[in-house]
Amino acid sequence: MADTATHTDHAADHGHHSSTGLSNNKLAMWLFLGSECLLFGGLISTYMLYRGRVQDGPHPSQIYDIPFTSVSSFVLLMSSLTMVLAVTSAQRNDDARTNLWLTITALLGATFVGGQVYEFTTFYREGLGFTTSLFSSSFYTLTGFHGVHVSVGVIMLLSTMGIIKRNRITGNKSEVVELVGLYWHFVDIVWIVIFTLIYLIPS
Amino acid sequence: MSTEPQTQSHEHGMSDAGYIKIALILAAITALEVSTYYVDFGPLFMPSLMIMMVVKFVMVVSYFMHLKFDNKIFSVLFYTGLGLALFVYFVALATFKFFIA
Repeated sequence: MADTATHTDHAADHGHHSSTGLSNNKLAMWLFLGSECLLFGGLISTYMLYRGRVQDGPHPSQIYDIPFTSVSSFVLLMSSLTMVLAVTSAQRNDDARTNLWLTITALLGATFVGGQVYEFTTFYREGLGFTTSLFSSSFYTLTGFHGVHVSVGVIMLLSTMGIIKRNRITGNKSEVVELVGLYWHFVDIVWIVIFTLIYLIPS
Repeated sequence: MSTEPQTQSHEHGMSDAGYIKIALILAAITALEVSTYYVDFGPLFMPSLMIMMVVKFVMVVSYFMHLKFDNKIFSVLFYTGLGLALFVYFVALATFKFFIA
């Protein structure tokens, strides 16, 4: 009985490790990210099939602003660097630096989302509505889903900062930051694929 | 004595300078990718873009997501999902004759 209680306390301190000795939370996050590949794979495939189906409205090559999207891509890429620096700071138990890097990551993420909102607004003004063509529907669905993922990531970053500041993390603090980081990096790798396949390769 | 292994396992991966180097390489590859939009790469256009995309993807997953330094089970979980997605959607695209010019 006492052994069970000790084991439970130990598990709570270290993020509920499984029989493999690995953290259940981390296993669950990797499994979730693996399943997310299927979601984005479906959206990317749908776009690839429909990108040439423009019955009405502008064609992809007529509206894409490559210099602008390149800057957005660079911003998201650099946010991955600041995120990994937040993780290393958390591993060193340096709360001040962890919060600093998390803040910068959230700001870079918000900048990316802002850029996407600007891009969507511009495209809409140029006559590309959600139902204009199969191309527009698949484009807005794919990039919109990615934008929602980035927005959720920003909320996760801000929440993590909040719970670190209030010292509300009961388990392994660096693992919590690492889990948020895994999600954030995944959002970045999805954009690496989207940027190449959707923006740089002409239909 | 007892804290040493724990410190090592928590600080797996690279130093901050190492991560900055990786980020600089990723930025350089991105610049090269963007250059393909302005410079005519001829028949190398598509293969070079695909290779650069894969290199960037693997670098972020291996170094920033620590998959290179972490337990292999995490790699199996992620790459199984990725492989399944690639297979399913490659077949789906082939069904719609996407790869036939």
